[in-house]
Amino acid sequence: MTPHRSAARRITLAATAVLLSASLAACGSEDDAGDTSSDGAGDGAGTLTVLAAASLTDVFADLATQFEADHEGSTVEFSFGSSTDLAEQVADGAPGDVLATADETSMTLAEDADVTGDIETFATNVLTIVTPAGNPAGIESLDDLDGATWVRCADEAPCGKVAAAVLADNDITAEPASLEEDVRSTLDKVVSGEADAGLVYATDAVAAGDEVTAVPIPGADSEVTSYFTTVLDQSEDADLAQEWVDFVVSDDGQAILETAGFGAP
Amino acid sequence: MTRTGRAADPLGRPPLLLLAPAVVALLLLVVPLVAMLAAIDWASLPDDLASAPLRRALWLSLTTSTAAMLVSLLLGLPVAWLLARVQFRGRGLVRVLVTVPMVLPPVVAGVALRSAFGRTGLVGAPLLDATGFAFPFTAWGVVLAHVFVSMPFVVLAIEGALRTADPELDGAAATLGATRWTTFRRVTVPLALPGIVAGMVLGWARSLGEFGATITFNGNYPGRTQTMPTLIYVTRQSDQDAALALSLVMLVVSVAVLVLLRGRWLGTP
Repeated sequence: MTPHRSAARRITLAATAVLLSASLAACGSEDDAGDTSSDGAGDGAGTLTVLAAASLTDVFADLATQFEADHEGSTVEFSFGSSTDLAEQVADGAPGDVLATADETSMTLAEDADVTGDIETFATNVLTIVTPAGNPAGIESLDDLDGATWVRCADEAPCGKVAAAVLADNDITAEPASLEEDVRSTLDKVVSGEADAGLVYATDAVAAGDEVTAVPIPGADSEVTSYFTTVLDQSEDADLAQEWVDFVVSDDGQAILETAGFGAP
Repeated sequence: MTRTGRAADPLGRPPLLLLAPAVVALLLLVVPLVAMLAAIDWASLPDDLASAPLRRALWLSLTTSTAAMLVSLLLGLPVAWLLARVQFRGRGLVRVLVTVPMVLPPVVAGVALRSAFGRTGLVGAPLLDATGFAFPFTAWGVVLAHVFVSMPFVVLAIEGALRTADPELDGAAATLGATRWTTFRRVTVPLALPGIVAGMVLGWARSLGEFGATITFNGNYPGRTQTMPTLIYVTRQSDQDAALALSLVMLVVSVAVLVLLRGRWLGTP
């Protein structure tokens, strides 16, 4: 073997090694949030891991602030993502104390895997159009989506199922530029200005504040999406987990949810 | 060859301290793939493989990866040549800049691409104003994302090949009256050709597996921006069996690439 061939191979292998470690680093970040398990301490102290639908990102952070103030020494940590992804993870035994999904289908998936306790519905949501702030493309209704660069969730995600139903109800056949994996990445494409419009939950429009302009969809409330939550079997602190669920459905919890734009269950 | 053959015996048996971790390493690499094969529902496989989304995604993946490879070669070969053959100030810095996308998490690459080439991006906004064209949500955007993440591999692999080829031969060509361009074309490139091909295949393979930058920058739409990794990612949410079938396709394509490279990578030293 000539020296230049083996040297070239070394370079190639080194490049491959870097390639592999780069992809590993990328994959690692996805699982970080799921790694924290509760420490088992009772009486309101301890760490809860709540796996929750992406659309709950902001309101659950607010709920956690209140919960941690009420339960001294407790910490609530989150793993937000697509409801289906999260349900699959807990069905596979991923550590976590509470699951909150944006639809019934993914909760059923977890239920079928026998990892759920009592399931409660705690909020509802409706779909809305959002545009970048000031609505530069002048999207006034679903009809204006035709010819615009717009995005919605993929059919696999709960927000995609609702979007498909709303579009069908209104006989809209315009094709989106992208089918996003969850509602927050749909919102992200609008906030960043890459899309003229997106179909997200009304609460996402509230959460995004000034960064987007919301254009309500008439009749959107005929396709209401419901949120479900449960304590997980794998919870190491089921009492504290139950207190979290109780807090979410309590008057205090419901008031916070209402402020964020959620409807009553 | 004969020297290592004779030396094998006097050196004794391979120590367990090296053998054991080597076996663990091999298992670590092989077990997940075997487990994936075992989990495939072979009965539904023909149906899963006949699906239109798979055909479209595979076609898009193959064409965009190939286009990205050609762009990376066209632009990357000159960079590699500069790095290997020309003395200039800041050469180390250029090499670092070329390497950065390689170690960047792909999703960061996607955010960076959007900042530059998105509709409101540094380059993307004037481009949209001037031509009405925007990269995001198009197959061109996919190629752009692929080039960004794969060109560093092409450049570094080719630079390595150029460095190990004897520069004296360039000098000899020059003394015979060849211009630098002729030398590049007739001497440098042919000598480094195996390394160049290896770099191209490496870049192509990196493009084929690209996911994070593409989905962040381009989203996901069948036939336009939905590549194989993206299709597998969204299919996994609704149909595990179909996702496994798609993964099998990717595995077969990857192994095919390795077989093509057999002479370079899998041959004995």
